[in-house]
Amino acid sequence: MSGAIEVFVPRDAAALAVGAEEVARAIAAEAARRNLPVKLVRTGSRGLFWLEPLVEVATARGRVGYGPASAADVPGLFDAGFLDGKAHALHLGPVEKIPYLARQTRLTFARCGIVDPLSLDAYRAQGGLKGLERALKLGPAETVEEVIRSGLRGRGGAGFPTGIKWKTVREAAGAPKYVVCNADEGDSGTFADRMIMEGDPFCLIEGMAIAAIATGANQGFVYIRSEYPHAIRTMTEALRLARAAGILGRNIAGSGHDFDIEVRSGAGAYVCGEETSMLDSIEGKRGLVRAKPPLPAHHGLFGKPTVINNLISLASVPVILAEGAKAYADFGMGRSRGTMPIQLAGNVKFGGVFEAAFGLTLGEIVDDIGGGTASGRPVRAVQAGGPLGAYFPRALFDTPYDYEAFAQRDGLIGHGGLVVFDDTVDMAHQARFAMKFCAFESCGKCTPCRVGSTRGMEVIDRIVKGERREENMTLLKDLCQTLKFGSLCALGGFTPYPVMSALNHFPEDFRRAPSGLAAE
Amino acid sequence: MANPGHWDKERTAEIIAAHRDEPGALLPILHDIQAAFRHIPREAMVMIAEALNLSRAEIHGVVSFYHDFREQPAGRHVLKLCQAEACQSMGGERLAADLLKKLGLDWGGTTKEGALTVEPVYCLGLCATAPSAILDDDRVVGRLDGTKLAALAEEARQA
Ligand SMILES: Cc1cc2nc3c(=O)[nH]c(=O)nc-3n(C[C@H](O)[C@H](O)[C@H](O)COP(=O)(O)O)c2cc1C
Ligand code: SF4
Repeated sequence: MSGAIEVFVPRDAAALAVGAEEVARAIAAEAARRNLPVKLVRTGSRGLFWLEPLVEVATARGRVGYGPASAADVPGLFDAGFLDGKAHALHLGPVEKIPYLARQTRLTFARCGIVDPLSLDAYRAQGGLKGLERALKLGPAETVEEVIRSGLRGRGGAGFPTGIKWKTVREAAGAPKYVVCNADEGDSGTFADRMIMEGDPFCLIEGMAIAAIATGANQGFVYIRSEYPHAIRTMTEALRLARAAGILGRNIAGSGHDFDIEVRSGAGAYVCGEETSMLDSIEGKRGLVRAKPPLPAHHGLFGKPTVINNLISLASVPVILAEGAKAYADFGMGRSRGTMPIQLAGNVKFGGVFEAAFGLTLGEIVDDIGGGTASGRPVRAVQAGGPLGAYFPRALFDTPYDYEAFAQRDGLIGHGGLVVFDDTVDMAHQARFAMKFCAFESCGKCTPCRVGSTRGMEVIDRIVKGERREENMTLLKDLCQTLKFGSLCALGGFTPYPVMSALNHFPEDFRRAPSGLAAE
Repeated sequence: MANPGHWDKERTAEIIAAHRDEPGALLPILHDIQAAFRHIPREAMVMIAEALNLSRAEIHGVVSFYHDFREQPAGRHVLKLCQAEACQSMGGERLAADLLKKLGLDWGGTTKEGALTVEPVYCLGLCATAPSAILDDDRVVGRLDGTKLAALAEEARQA
């Protein structure tokens, strides 16, 4: 292989969705035709999606990028001398210096887009497995303390301290214990879990192994939504490789501890992202939400003590252990410590993952980093935290990205997604969609969620049509109160966030002169 | 398998045998059954119920709970168009409405020759390359516009 020039093309699903496979094939064909020694490496994505497919070439000046490239651009790239990092219309210079990337604090995403996701050698060479080594030296109790000290809070939505959860499982009686990774990633506008599974799966495996040793668990599950076939394949293959290398299986990494992980595929139910519903789903049942207590930490999968964490929570543990709790906790603000992979999505110019310390304002993220809308029209609303999250108007763009600051404004950070809308958005339609989604995805246990959501759709339709508006507005607000207080989980309980934020911040959209347009 | 829409008892037995000893075997079995027969045939539910010592009602309860599982076979190809918020912000609803109209279908409908079923999906994690879709639960496409989508649907109908 000596002398071969390394060319990197992502195999991340979003890159594939815009033609990365065709680009990779064209590069291989063109190199063969010109008899040039090229070694194609398939990576995850850097998360700069407006530049995908992003091709990188290893040069003496580091990795130089070209994008967004199409297969048709490939002969021209060769002609221009891209293998030497030379100029071309798509030339982006050294990738690490692209401001969007240079401004980030990549801790959890340190390797994503850089390495071949299925090369353990590359993983090790880029600092992989150092966290596990340190955890083995510290021992289980001290490992849990280290995670507590890091201030890491659950990245799945609720923001519960991860270390405290682990401590509860560690101290719980009962065997076997389980570690479940929540990779259901149901929120529209989020893709961080998917990117790690497709771009750095060993990082998750390492995080889960640390969790297992710290809590005394012997079996793990990664529950991946079925809408992620590429992630399921890459994760399955990574598990096989980790098993072959002794990182999973008996006596993992020489620890004396046995631990293995299995992939389970979801089946298209949003509610199965809720942790107790997920446990039922893994057990082979309908994904009904369980009342808490008992907590999964005491009475979880198959009735046994279970750690259930979001994928990003688990994938953040290796770097916390490797660099130390303090290094991680030094980032952030208030009670939001460390970094968050913020996901900029929807109608945004620079869509992608932006991992940063907590504390940037929403406006900085959307206008400055995201560059405003893709359509070039003004930004009107941003939905933060998925389908159960509030719509923020520009007037609230001074809100710092912090769990508590968002909560104070009746919003939530959730899993870190931000969906940007331009001024063509109809907020009454968005409120109606929130109700529709709740009705469609309800597990059916609570009447307000199951029935009230359909009712909510009808009430919004009447408001839009101009039928007894004031009366129906009051009815909608009452319905939201009932949902909020009469629901067992956040599907019913938080649907009022998008609905009420639309109504409160964009009342004009509910009071337009009725047009002939149906809301559908 | 000559005809993937058709139920095959032996294949069903193989799938059940491959998973029955796993804890929580039902979902993995159902996924494999659907991959083999493009739906969950009633005959398969009977065999699964027997093997897992569950009632047929319980199996049916699970099949009907999850949006992925279907009791009637879909067309030869299934095109799922993302209708969640990120794709909405980029015109995904209009795009879908136009395609459905063009094909003369409602959501979940199948073209007359049985080639293509069109369904909504709520997020593919391709939210920064919206609007997005997935063909046959495998081929992902992003930055869709009317022309690209129509070409994709046509390609699937011909294939
Ligand atoms: C309806 C609903 C859907 C959820 N979906 C997800 C999801 O897709 N991914 C996730 O990590 N957490 C999701 N959650 C949150 C989980 O219930 C749980 O809080 C999380 O898995 C805990 O992990 P963490 O502490 O690491 O965040 C959801 C919650 C609800 C109520
Ligand atoms: S709020 Fe809805 S989804 Fe949650 S438990 Fe109740 S019925 Fe189920």
